[in-house]
Amino acid sequence: MSYFIDRRANGRHKSAINRQRFLQRYRKHIKRAVEDSVNQRSITDMKRGEKITIPDRDISEPVFRHGRGGENTVVSPGNREFTEGDRIRRPSGGGSGGDGSGEGAASNQGDGVDEFAFTLTQEEFLDFVFDGLELPHLERKQLVDIDEVRPVRAGISRDGIPARMNVVRSMREAYARRIAMRAPLKRALKEAEALLELEREKDPVLRNPARIAELEEEIQRLEKRIAGVPYIDTYDLRYNNMANQPMPSNKAVMFCVMDVSGSMTQAHKDIAKRFFLLLYLFLERNYERIELVFIRHHTAAKEVDEQEFFYSRETGGTIVSSALNLLDEVIEARYPPGQWNLYVAQASDGDNWDDDSTTCRQLLTDRLMQRLQYFAYVEITPHAHQALWDEYKKVEDAFPGRFAMEQIVEAGDIYSVFRELFRHREAV
Amino acid sequence: MVESTADRRDVEGMGSDWTFDTLNHFEQAIARIAAEYRLDTYPNQIEVITSEQMMDAYASVGMPVGYHHWSFGKQFLSVEQAYRRGRMGLAYELVINSNPCIAYLMEENTLMMQILVMAHACYGHNSFFKGNYLFRTWTDATAIVDYLVFARRYVSQCEEKYGVDAVEQLLDACHALQNHGVDRYKRPSPISAGDEIKRQEERETYLQAQVNALWTTIPHSAHGESHCPVGEGGSLSPEGEFQFPSEPQENLLYFIEKNAPLLAPWQREVVRIVRKMAQYFYPQRQTQVMNEGWATFWHYTIMNRLYDDGLIGEGIILEFLQSHTSVVAQPAFDSPYYNGINPYALGFAMFTDIKRICEAPTDEDRYWFPEMAGSDWLDTFHFAMANFKDESFVQQFLSPRVIRELKLFAILDDDQDEMIEVAAIHDDRGYRRVREALSAQYSLSQREPNIQVWQADVRGDRSLTLRHQVHKRRPLDHSVYPVLRYLHQLWGFTVKLDSMEDDEVVHRYQWPLAEEAGSS
Repeated sequence: MSYFIDRRANGRHKSAINRQRFLQRYRKHIKRAVEDSVNQRSITDMKRGEKITIPDRDISEPVFRHGRGGENTVVSPGNREFTEGDRIRRPSGGGSGGDGSGEGAASNQGDGVDEFAFTLTQEEFLDFVFDGLELPHLERKQLVDIDEVRPVRAGISRDGIPARMNVVRSMREAYARRIAMRAPLKRALKEAEALLELEREKDPVLRNPARIAELEEEIQRLEKRIAGVPYIDTYDLRYNNMANQPMPSNKAVMFCVMDVSGSMTQAHKDIAKRFFLLLYLFLERNYERIELVFIRHHTAAKEVDEQEFFYSRETGGTIVSSALNLLDEVIEARYPPGQWNLYVAQASDGDNWDDDSTTCRQLLTDRLMQRLQYFAYVEITPHAHQALWDEYKKVEDAFPGRFAMEQIVEAGDIYSVFRELFRHREAV
Repeated sequence: MVESTADRRDVEGMGSDWTFDTLNHFEQAIARIAAEYRLDTYPNQIEVITSEQMMDAYASVGMPVGYHHWSFGKQFLSVEQAYRRGRMGLAYELVINSNPCIAYLMEENTLMMQILVMAHACYGHNSFFKGNYLFRTWTDATAIVDYLVFARRYVSQCEEKYGVDAVEQLLDACHALQNHGVDRYKRPSPISAGDEIKRQEERETYLQAQVNALWTTIPHSAHGESHCPVGEGGSLSPEGEFQFPSEPQENLLYFIEKNAPLLAPWQREVVRIVRKMAQYFYPQRQTQVMNEGWATFWHYTIMNRLYDDGLIGEGIILEFLQSHTSVVAQPAFDSPYYNGINPYALGFAMFTDIKRICEAPTDEDRYWFPEMAGSDWLDTFHFAMANFKDESFVQQFLSPRVIRELKLFAILDDDQDEMIEVAAIHDDRGYRRVREALSAQYSLSQREPNIQVWQADVRGDRSLTLRHQVHKRRPLDHSVYPVLRYLHQLWGFTVKLDSMEDDEVVHRYQWPLAEEAGSS
């Protein structure tokens, strides 16, 4: 006796819990692998899963078994040239000695499986990348200064556009109106009919033909009026009402500001780019919509597209305040802080005209910081800090938690610096 | 759907897609043929699943339900990786020793594969599960699914009560010992979920009482009265020393479950669950060659019969032969594809040869198998299937002809010799020795170290001493330390392991490591 069961519709992620348990158990290993990978990955392919390898010995499940050595007899197939009593040099490497499971044999092809490899999904990968990080000031914009609205349902109204018509409610209204309007007419009609009947049943001698004609006319008139009651009328129509409700902004804009003066090499830019990219991915997980604005500067600032931002070269001196000024203008023109969450990431090698750094600080403290959610500054330099760093330090002191700065010396630092900037802080 | 009397051209028109109607049709045809060959099976529950579900099933080592543990997640990830790379094709073996016998068909498979899997799993493996003495002795097919459900629920209740980490640590430790969780010489009691739940609570209290009696801190008088634990599990050695256990115990998990001093009742129950799982898989570990050989032989025979009876066409039979050939391929030892002896190949070759010896014996066969030559092949087949395991099956039935065909040879690798030596090849002088060596290779007692509980020092420092009987000077692998660490976690006190050669201790392991010397 046999029967078939179609299980295809059943759940398919029976192993999901076990998979999570495994990832949980080897968090440390996986995190290390993820960190390496983030630092080495080319910029464009952050958005895929990652193949993770963990040394096999770290995750082995030990059991009592035989080790190498002693006396082993191993039977293998495929003998070609050996005869009994042949003595052969012991193959170097793995396979000799048998591993006690009857495999391994005399060949040294023991395909060394000493790494356990598996693939993280993109979601899992990013979970590990951003594990323990949080966006500072993620609390949504206060409702007061918000002009962003969202339509929500707010009952039923008599006015509206046809697209929002509530058919059920409209028909119900019409039905009620029809009953109400026809009732007196129907009553009158019934009375008239009863009278007519009465009149007709009278003895032919007593009948009043004028009365009959009058009643017949009355009945006709009433029937016409009943038929004239409209099936549906404009009064009946009801519409779903929508009200505009202010809502926290779900949009963010990320400004990438970078120094492209002669002192910034391509290596510097690569580091900066990775940093921007990490920030972008991170924001993307928290906001529904993200816009990017690229501002580059040397002595003058310019808004450019991504390609130009990262790859075209300029030379010349450096005036950081030019970029901050442009930033201010762009915010003013396109991103009213009431609607947008504003993030700025700035990368530079720390060079600036000496007297410009003070201007920068003033610009930040007086105009920009009030409107920004977060300002992250990374200085990519192995050298000692210059005036800009010191001035920014003062800004950091003035706006703790909103302004952060770190130094990156080489590519390997990016991830740790990023983590440092966005480390989960206990609520103050 | 095709009528069974349909002529072959109709069958050809079917293509490679399947429907439940065609599956039913072929299932019935296979059942008819299987009955002719006296294949006695449990009822079949054939489940059609997707490839993802198949990966899930693989990952839970073929248990339809299992408790949660990271090691199954690891299994899943490696299966998934292999599948993505396109390395995993075969879904033959996913059949569960239960009543009804559950087998899986993957929806992506072609009609040929579905027929093949039904013949292989639902009639081959299924009849093996029902007939083989090891399975009959060690597993209870009617109860296993219920028991698995019980185990899963119990483990997750423990996770809720005591935390996932505590349960995970315990399971890790038990898994490390699960190969030593079987009494080889006793018929185990059958497992059943209903009784299990009923008895579980009384067992908890009873067990704990027993353990308490054993570990009571007040020593009983030397001439122990009848209620003293000496009467139950300990004995006095000839020198008058108290010895517990009175005889060495090979079932480490059972010993732990009953005697570990510090385990809580729920922990003992979890140990028991792992032990029962180990017992369930015990026959499978010992009958791989036979089981696969048997199933492969029958799918081969049944497919050919279907073709001969006109039920399947040329297209399907050719597709089948192509698949079958790769299943029973045996790469030579020096091939890059070599990965040990292929149990499908060896088992199939042996069963095929048994049939040949019965039907058309040569003089050589009459010399080697005087009783078998010329006998009824089907009788001999069922006898072989029912009464052997890999070790004894090879010992009994590996014919010179199969040795020649596979060109088997034995290598002696002695670490005291700087060269390795060819001990025997496929010639007259070698057949017997090759056969013996191969048989030993499948012997569980040689594959796994022989380790037994020797002594629990209940009167002294409570340390537990195990003994490893060294065989052919083969030492223990370094994994011995992590395993001892797990054992220590279960036992709660120092754990020692002595490697014995004859009566001499050649190596002594201990956990925690002895303080005075960092002996490794």
